[in-house]
Amino acid sequence: MEAALFVAWFEEAARLVRADRDRLTRLDAAIGDADHGTNLDRGLTEVLKALADTAIESEAQVLATAGATLIRRVGGASGPLYGSLFRQMGKALETPVTLAGFAAAFEEGVVAVERLGKAALGDKTMVDALAPASRALALAVRDGVGVREALDQAARAAADGSKATIPMQARKGRASYLGERSIGHEDPGAASSALFMAALATVAG
Amino acid sequence: MKKLINSADSVVEDALNGMAAAHPSLRIRDRVVYRADGPRPGKVGLVSGGGSGHEPLHAGFVGHGMLDAACPGEVFTSPVPDQIIDATKAVDGGAGVLHIVKNYTGDVLNFEMAAELAEGVEVVSVLVDDDVAVQDSLYTAGRRGTGATLFVEKMAGALAEEGAPLAEVAAVATEVDERSRSFGIALSSCTVPAAGKPTFDLPETDVELGIGIHGEPGRARVPMVSARELAGVAMEAVHSDLPLQGDLLVMVNGMGGTPLMELYVVFAEVAAFVRGKGARVTRSLVGNYVTSLEMQGFSVTVCRLDDRLTRLWDAPVETPGLRWGR
Repeated sequence: MEAALFVAWFEEAARLVRADRDRLTRLDAAIGDADHGTNLDRGLTEVLKALADTAIESEAQVLATAGATLIRRVGGASGPLYGSLFRQMGKALETPVTLAGFAAAFEEGVVAVERLGKAALGDKTMVDALAPASRALALAVRDGVGVREALDQAARAAADGSKATIPMQARKGRASYLGERSIGHEDPGAASSALFMAALATVAG
Repeated sequence: MKKLINSADSVVEDALNGMAAAHPSLRIRDRVVYRADGPRPGKVGLVSGGGSGHEPLHAGFVGHGMLDAACPGEVFTSPVPDQIIDATKAVDGGAGVLHIVKNYTGDVLNFEMAAELAEGVEVVSVLVDDDVAVQDSLYTAGRRGTGATLFVEKMAGALAEEGAPLAEVAAVATEVDERSRSFGIALSSCTVPAAGKPTFDLPETDVELGIGIHGEPGRARVPMVSARELAGVAMEAVHSDLPLQGDLLVMVNGMGGTPLMELYVVFAEVAAFVRGKGARVTRSLVGNYVTSLEMQGFSVTVCRLDDRLTRLWDAPVETPGLRWGR
């Protein structure tokens, strides 16, 4: 895994989010305030600009730049949460990047998100996609699976985790204000997290 | 969607340009709205902010007796830490800065980050969480901050104007929040410019109970009834959480798309409800203050006053959105 792959990850994530912008915003309209797709699209556009303007020296730098840009440009809850995920991953990532190293850094990133959002599995947040993806990566490392297969498994776990938020009642974030009415809707943050993992699997393939 | 905008992308920027042109008392720099007369040495600085679309909150409350700076985010999206850090440093007159934060996850996270990063400035944050439609428990994000934000900004702003120290200004802000409760009802949804269509569909026959200020659906949907009954629902919710007694400051706030005539119809019912509980409305405010774009509907916010809070409420204020006594 090299720096170029990480840049490609954000390019692909930006493409997927743009393509799915209206769906993400619709999901957010159902249980939030109808801005998740547009905010994330705007933030990732800024990330690509920042990456183009930066002389990239390492994988960690790509993640740190993306994380800082999301915090500085997105606002809302998704800016700090996604920003912390990538910034913490950047801090934890060691070079040269191995699958085991990536899985460990990803886990640290997810823990940072859980801590900042005070959210756990089952609260109907992005954690419900990210934590299963992290677990899938850890299992793949344990089983000695190759990079491409490991990232495929992580992407599937994230997608399944996102779908699993549909019957949940939200306990964190703006959706929690809806109480039982949040049941029956996929969490927009989990849905966008699944897109991030799908993007990674795509560029690694 | 039919809106008076140039483009969905530039709506916040364009609105701020208009504010700057209309109000010479304001100075706008890097997406922060300041008092043009700058920080006063020795005075505690008050900074608030949140998503745009709630006008006049917050930028409309920058001025003498209220805020020193406001940080407007994108529509219904909290500001970013950079804006809050800039504002915090710029308004510090050496006495520290109070952050007034509505309890919404995005606002809380971004203000927390900014407070940590605003090195060299003493910052105290006060969380506004007055909305009784939301249950406060370990399993939710806690009550939302809505209408009481205006009360906190006004009364803490008055105390800061008198030269009180940061701890005292923060204490009164917390006290106002603790003495205040709100409940909101929507007759229609609103359209976020970037989304291009109403956030939720609400049939002519129904209303949403227990809404926030971001066009998000409420706790329940029920058939439309009279203003008296709707005012009763809102006031029962407030009263059951903080019994109405003594002198009260009562705001009937329009969500942006409700005629003033209807807000007065509601206010009459609210005042009657208060009298029925043996309490008194001694101060009042009726109008569009904490809005949700063009949403039709209203919220009621009640604050139990004492002599000191009454004095702080009456103190002179001169902002685009609130102005008296000066």
